[in-house]
Amino acid sequence: MLLEVKDLHVFYGAIHALQGVSFSIDEGEIVTLIGANGAGKSTTLKTISGLLRPRAGDVLLNGRSITTIAAEEIVRRGIIHVPEGRKIFAPLTVQENLEMGAFTRDNPDEIRQSMERVFKSFPRLKERLNQYGGTLSGGEQQMLAIGRGMMARPKVLLLDEPSMGLAPILVEEIFRIIQEINSQGVAILLVEQNALMALSVAHRGYVLETGRIVLQGSGQELLHDPQVIKAYLGGH
Amino acid sequence: MLQASPSPTSSLAARRPGARLAWIGQGFLLLLAAVVLYILITNFLKDPPLFIQVVLSGLQLGFVYALVALGYTMVYGIVRLINFAHGDVFMVGAFVSFYAVTRFQLHAWPAAVFPGLPAGWVVVIGSLTVVLLSMIVCMSMAVTIERVAYKPLRDAPRIAALITAIGVSFFLEFFGALYFVFSPRFIPYQRPFEVVTWYIKDGIHLVQVGQAPPPGSITFSNIFLIIVVASVLVRVVLQFLVRRTKIGKAMRATSFDKPTSRLMGINVDGVISVTFAVGAAFAGMGGVLYAIAYPSIWTQLGILPGLKAFVAAVLGGIGSIPGAFVGALIMGQAEALTMGYISTPMRDAVAFTILIVVLLVKPTGLFGEAAGEKA
Repeated sequence: MLLEVKDLHVFYGAIHALQGVSFSIDEGEIVTLIGANGAGKSTTLKTISGLLRPRAGDVLLNGRSITTIAAEEIVRRGIIHVPEGRKIFAPLTVQENLEMGAFTRDNPDEIRQSMERVFKSFPRLKERLNQYGGTLSGGEQQMLAIGRGMMARPKVLLLDEPSMGLAPILVEEIFRIIQEINSQGVAILLVEQNALMALSVAHRGYVLETGRIVLQGSGQELLHDPQVIKAYLGGH
Repeated sequence: MLQASPSPTSSLAARRPGARLAWIGQGFLLLLAAVVLYILITNFLKDPPLFIQVVLSGLQLGFVYALVALGYTMVYGIVRLINFAHGDVFMVGAFVSFYAVTRFQLHAWPAAVFPGLPAGWVVVIGSLTVVLLSMIVCMSMAVTIERVAYKPLRDAPRIAALITAIGVSFFLEFFGALYFVFSPRFIPYQRPFEVVTWYIKDGIHLVQVGQAPPPGSITFSNIFLIIVVASVLVRVVLQFLVRRTKIGKAMRATSFDKPTSRLMGINVDGVISVTFAVGAAFAGMGGVLYAIAYPSIWTQLGILPGLKAFVAAVLGGIGSIPGAFVGALIMGQAEALTMGYISTPMRDAVAFTILIVVLLVKPTGLFGEAAGEKA
């Protein structure tokens, strides 16, 4: 297993936000976590990327625990977290945002190559290169956020709500690019409220409810699961 | 915040009871501005060379304040802390150079090591060494202060860190006042180089030792030139650092959003340390230059310049680097003009009146962004 989450317990003060979450991601997979607001999806991602510390349980990358390692070191090991709400550096230009994505890397030629690859996926970013991040539209900011994540050459990309607040046509575009990134060999952990889109691109999925995994299966299985349809796909 | 009145019939004035008062306040400020402008213009017309002389002394003061204000604004930008100990770091910078020059003759080392070196080079290299030493000591001190006093409070309410900063400030002042440290006395400061003064009247001439410059001339010294050049150079270097280098971009990213910066692999604690170090280095340089310009030092030397540099940073918009620079130059002028045309003791009163006026009229300062309480 590339990334393994084992019986994770996370607290916010007295609130028991994650109550024994376990799942795994293999090389080359897209795995999605779906669930309602407050189910613990973002908490799970923040714990993997080291922004939060679990009280119990373990996160293993290639079999080695990373729960005691600082967030900035986890980035160096190849786990890249694209946070919810994009979190673009508004006072930095698009180019500088991308450079920050490559902060852990030193070879300028390789960084330039990565940037060219990002521009291939997101030609719009190249047009906006010297614009400040804060002046981009929501869709452009999401592209920049994903592009910035790609600049670190991730082994695992954690995407938190990449479709949030975007027009349907942009959502399709973003999901197409997620699959494209995955086809280049990057494993993806996708957290989404848009369960339909997420499950249709994911190899496997987990359903999170109030801090617990309640259901798991392949993307297609979950897409046709009556419980999932009822709770997350708005079906009857 | 004013709340909208539930009554739909209430007039505009009733809904905003402060509106009329604010108008009176603005009127008062405009009147004040008119009076200040009148005083300046009449005095300029009365004696232009004197006026220019006063402005030059204001520039000298302003450029020193700028060196200190940059540290305030950088540190505030990155950790949202008014580092009140900054003025005392400035004081330590002055004292380090005092010991280096008076006790250890560090400014003369090039002559001792390279006996054949021309005297001019000895002075330049020797003085630069002294400044550099002060900067390094201040840097390490500021980084230590940050690690020991501020870092443990990073997640505490901001007021806790602020009070701690005031505590550190007092500690430095009164620890420094111990007899086996700097002593509580005023100490005459020995400059690492001689003062040279020129006067401007029909060209630029050297003022000979023991001779007064002719009446109606404008004088300036090598100290003035050094302060201006050093300060402008610092401004340029800082601009390059913040805009072009990786660490500078990381500073701006960290200042905007710490958790996301960590997700980029940025060592946020390291970036904060570097910010404190850079600010302290400039303050150390400022301390040496201040002592050279006003050569009497004691352990509370940093309080007023520190506070005035803080006012300058607020005036320019705290967190803004160009703002700190411009604010410092304005503060220098305000003080020099007050000393020249009102009275010397009024200088501090005017400086802090500016703080009050800025906070009343435009709390974000000249270059400040709309105050956003970023998490």
